[in-house]
Amino acid sequence: MVKQERTSHLTEMFVTSYVCIWVFRLAESVVIHVESLTKVFEGSFKAVDNVSLDIQSKEVFGLLGPNGAGKTTTVKMLSTLLRPTSGIAVVDGHNVMEDADGVRRTIGIVFQDPALDDELTARENLDFHARMYNMDGEQRRERMIEVLKLVDLHDRADVLVKKYSGGMKRRLEIARGLMHYPKVLFLDEPTLGLDAQTRRSIWDYVARLNKEQNVTIFLTTHYMDEADFLCSRVAIMDRGKLVTVDSPDDLKNSIGSDLVTLECSDPDRFTERLRSVEWIENLKRHESTIIIGTKHSAERIPEVVNLARDIGVRVLSIETRKPTLEDVFLYYTGTKMRESEANTSDRMKTMHRQSARRFR
Amino acid sequence: MLINVQAVYVIWLRDIKRFIRARSRLIGNIVQPFFFLSILGFGLGSAMFPGIPPQYRFIDFITPGIVAMAVLFSSVFSGVSVLWDKQFGFLQEVLVAPVSRLSIVVGRILGGATTALVQGFVILAIALILGVRISPFGVAGGIMFMLLLAFSAVGFGLIVASQMEDFHGFQLVMNLIIFPLFFLSSALFPLEGLPYWLKMIAYLNPLTYGVDGLRHSLVGFSSIPVWIDLSVLLTFCMLMVSIGSYLFGRSEA
Repeated sequence: MVKQERTSHLTEMFVTSYVCIWVFRLAESVVIHVESLTKVFEGSFKAVDNVSLDIQSKEVFGLLGPNGAGKTTTVKMLSTLLRPTSGIAVVDGHNVMEDADGVRRTIGIVFQDPALDDELTARENLDFHARMYNMDGEQRRERMIEVLKLVDLHDRADVLVKKYSGGMKRRLEIARGLMHYPKVLFLDEPTLGLDAQTRRSIWDYVARLNKEQNVTIFLTTHYMDEADFLCSRVAIMDRGKLVTVDSPDDLKNSIGSDLVTLECSDPDRFTERLRSVEWIENLKRHESTIIIGTKHSAERIPEVVNLARDIGVRVLSIETRKPTLEDVFLYYTGTKMRESEANTSDRMKTMHRQSARRFR
Repeated sequence: MLINVQAVYVIWLRDIKRFIRARSRLIGNIVQPFFFLSILGFGLGSAMFPGIPPQYRFIDFITPGIVAMAVLFSSVFSGVSVLWDKQFGFLQEVLVAPVSRLSIVVGRILGGATTALVQGFVILAIALILGVRISPFGVAGGIMFMLLLAFSAVGFGLIVASQMEDFHGFQLVMNLIIFPLFFLSSALFPLEGLPYWLKMIAYLNPLTYGVDGLRHSLVGFSSIPVWIDLSVLLTFCMLMVSIGSYLFGRSEA
């Protein structure tokens, strides 16, 4: 009986590992594989809800969503700082649940909040990191110069970090994340709290290191323009769930090549009327605003106004533009990013309370 | 691998660097015991206490107590400074590195003990200048007791840190636990003159055995047999270090 059980267990193990190997052969360029990943905090708050993803080697992958969408929780699970409640996450062939150290060796991470020791110099911070990753002396020195040059801090290496500006700290953290030649670099809201100019320069650094260092980048952001500029693929996340995944251009094209947005006196009735119009590729109503996806939108404006007048609806304002990721977010979730943030702020509060409790 | 030597070393090194650079803390940690030593030592010098052999002065009695105080306060602070790292985010950097939690704890305990020992020795040097006779052969035993005290206190600090979210509760712990334990440890006055119930509390206080053992080693007299001092302190130390490591190991960033 016992023997039989053991045999079946062994068979099961064998089959599982065989399937695993097979899956990895099939998709050799997949560096992060996530399947039904879920994190439930005490009190049944689902911060991350059944997320599945495959991230290709060398891509810049962006997780886009409002604050409280579950982006940081996802990153924390992928970087072994939080245990998933259920689901599978494999980073460069290491399972985050079973081989945490394997995952840790293969990833670099820049946290949302600064995680530097202010009382140490940049060089000492990097040295600390390198030794924690067990790099030997020569390797440490060479790599330190390399990464400092990459973020243009080599002439400030011996300054105490507390004298650094916000942008310099961020750059130093990026350099530190790269010290140990990681295969994947996680950037959690890399430009949060930085001014516009500094943000641009951080983007340039990120784009450059992705090319020069051959590293896959997994970044989270709630800035549309950031995801648009940096990412080869974007996953939109809202309330713990993945809404859609694609390249920024394909996402934008999926809702129409142009957009006409208008406000009118009776959106209900007018939306009904517009449903039967042939040239409209996409139609979405958001409170008093109607969004129409179409081609050559500028030429359609008079037509739309006429349609409204025919059924006695007054058009209050109308404009046409190219779709942005903000529109994509609105299209797929039915809310604007900022509104979703307001809705999730309550969720966030519970989450903070719960994460605070975890330390007790 | 259970312990990563390089990680332990660099965590220790960081503690030492921070210790040297935080000048105000350094000065405070040395000046305060110095005041205790000189003011109490000479101020109460003419008072008669039962329990101090006649050939010893009060300042001889109090020196090991003040050394214990420096070691104790500095080590508890080292342990609790995990909270500081948590607040400034640096703990995440430590926790995401491919090193065992045990290495992190060991590095921290060694760092805390080293800085505590340095401060203990500074007090001893001051005491020598003030004319306290310290037995040169007792220094080895003294180091042992100082280390055990330091390990226990860092462990205690880690336990406290794991139960708190930020630094606000730290003052409370100092006032409600550390100070009473310190005052009732025979560091400042001998236990012989105390009422029975207070004496009982003092004998339940593990710190009493640390101070007493330190006194035995450094100045050569004690009220408890030194082997009892050593075994009680050793047991307490192992308890604190293991609970502290366990609780720290569970922490998530």
